[in-house]
Amino acid sequence: MGKTIAEKIFEEHLLDEPFKGSYVLKIDRVFCHEITTPIAINDLIARDMDKVYDPSKIKAVIDHVTPAKDSKTAEQGKILRDWSRRHEIEFFDIGRNGVCHAIFPEKGFIRPGFTAIMGDSHTCTYGAFGAFAAGIGTTDLEVGILKGVCAFKYPKTMKFILKGKLPEGVYAKDVILFIISQIGVNGATDCVMEFTGSLIDDMSMESRMTLCNMAIEAGGTCGICYPDMKTVEYLWDFIKEDFDTKEAALANYSKYKSDSDASFEKVIEYDLSKLEPLITVGFKPDQVKSVREAQGTVVDQIYIGSCTNGRIEDLRIAAAVLKGKKISDNVRAVLSPATPKIFEQAMSEGLIKIFMDAGFCVTNPTCGACLGMSNGVLANGEVCAATTNRNFNGRMGKGGMIHLMSPATAAATAIEGKITNSPFFKV
Amino acid sequence: MKRFEGKVLFLDRSDINTDEVIPAKYLTEVSKEALKPHLFEDLKLKGFDPREDLMDKEIVISRKNFGCGSSREHAPWALEVNNINVVIAESFARIFRQNNFNCGMLAIELPTETIESLFKKYSGMDTYAKVDVKKGEISISSGGISEVIQFRLGGFDKALVEAGGWVGFANSKY
Repeated sequence: MGKTIAEKIFEEHLLDEPFKGSYVLKIDRVFCHEITTPIAINDLIARDMDKVYDPSKIKAVIDHVTPAKDSKTAEQGKILRDWSRRHEIEFFDIGRNGVCHAIFPEKGFIRPGFTAIMGDSHTCTYGAFGAFAAGIGTTDLEVGILKGVCAFKYPKTMKFILKGKLPEGVYAKDVILFIISQIGVNGATDCVMEFTGSLIDDMSMESRMTLCNMAIEAGGTCGICYPDMKTVEYLWDFIKEDFDTKEAALANYSKYKSDSDASFEKVIEYDLSKLEPLITVGFKPDQVKSVREAQGTVVDQIYIGSCTNGRIEDLRIAAAVLKGKKISDNVRAVLSPATPKIFEQAMSEGLIKIFMDAGFCVTNPTCGACLGMSNGVLANGEVCAATTNRNFNGRMGKGGMIHLMSPATAAATAIEGKITNSPFFKV
Repeated sequence: MKRFEGKVLFLDRSDINTDEVIPAKYLTEVSKEALKPHLFEDLKLKGFDPREDLMDKEIVISRKNFGCGSSREHAPWALEVNNINVVIAESFARIFRQNNFNCGMLAIELPTETIESLFKKYSGMDTYAKVDVKKGEISISSGGISEVIQFRLGGFDKALVEAGGWVGFANSKY
């Protein structure tokens, strides 16, 4: 019997089965941010166990509130900073920091076949590299820091075969919103969502990250794609010491794919050649309509950024819509490039100027607005067109409402002040 | 072990997410106790008033996919500091479920029909429930009616509840 990619990674990392059906894995990367890590650090100190299993495998960043907005967030940053120094953990402090799920892949910390955990549900993003990566809580994080292990159930896999060619103006964000709308917000609970097919082959690493990022919105443990030449190209600067050629790297990584006789919980096939741009309309990510159906819905704020859609590809697409245009007088718009590198690229490509000329407020890299912590919180009754991942009640501010969408739709919506399709999509 | 009995709060909705359990703006707190007044502050549920409805409650019964969304362990902590150590639901989101057990708390899954029947018989009434982890039984009663419901916990989940959490367990073993 063949194995799925998730099963292969699982078995390579298996340390123990303390109870039937519960498996303890060795973890290659433990990522930390300032919201969920300080309590773990404080607890380790209180237990007189302020140790780390391997500082080279732990990375830390301040990203949710940056720079600190008050004494409490300054304290969270300080706890993480002091701890990183104490244990010689690579730490991305304010100014060198970015949204965790954008900066950690950008730094080459994730490789095909890795296991990774983080006290952040969107850790599933790293599956884009053919890794098994899962969001966990603070207690699991604490054990990860201390022992480099984490417990999981054996991974069931839902395989999605995505075929066809996306129409112009339709993006990875529309694809994942479509999938979530089909299977529901708990459609993949306890499952790895494996994305395969010609549509994935055609996708950039950025798009694959957008796709895997939202696996959790269907309840998935992890999204996962098979590594290919695009994965190798993305990682090449970090792996060229390990391999003579890109082909050699690819040959090495190619074991991380599901065997043809692997067993799947479900196999679902979609031809997405006729997919339209989509948005969410309620307070759950599976409440989805076409932009066409929601056309004309008035919004107050546009937000482009986050671990879902704050990467260079997203900024390029949004800027192409915005070039030479102004946003509506009835809205305000915020752009948060996800990392300093993305910010720099966007500056050198002239994208930041396009956003600013259009009337966008450009912030430093941060998660802030997406979860209503800083840099773009909504007032009661306000509506936001956002490229983020969650439209939960109160998520971007108490009493606020969020429509999730692609950067292209968000940019077009900023110009109109109402939800509308981008000019790239022709009905 | 923690206390696993008390008055029941019925939350008649599926997909209650952890942003609703405890909004992100309170994640800047570094003490669990500070979360106490904010439990279910943003819960979207008609007629629900957290101040009134949470009073004296120690067990939550809800529908499908409880605890979806963010991985924040602040969700179980916010329940814990409000003396709620048990959530009974048709199903849970993976991370919330694991976090609950990692804290030595219970996340008990019951079949759809059982949950439906509990809502029919007991919601809107003063209901008391007691969970016996060893026997795998929930005793529930209200006014004149009462019943005992069986449930199953995995070996790992049970060990975590008995050990009071995952840190001690992992530290002694790995």
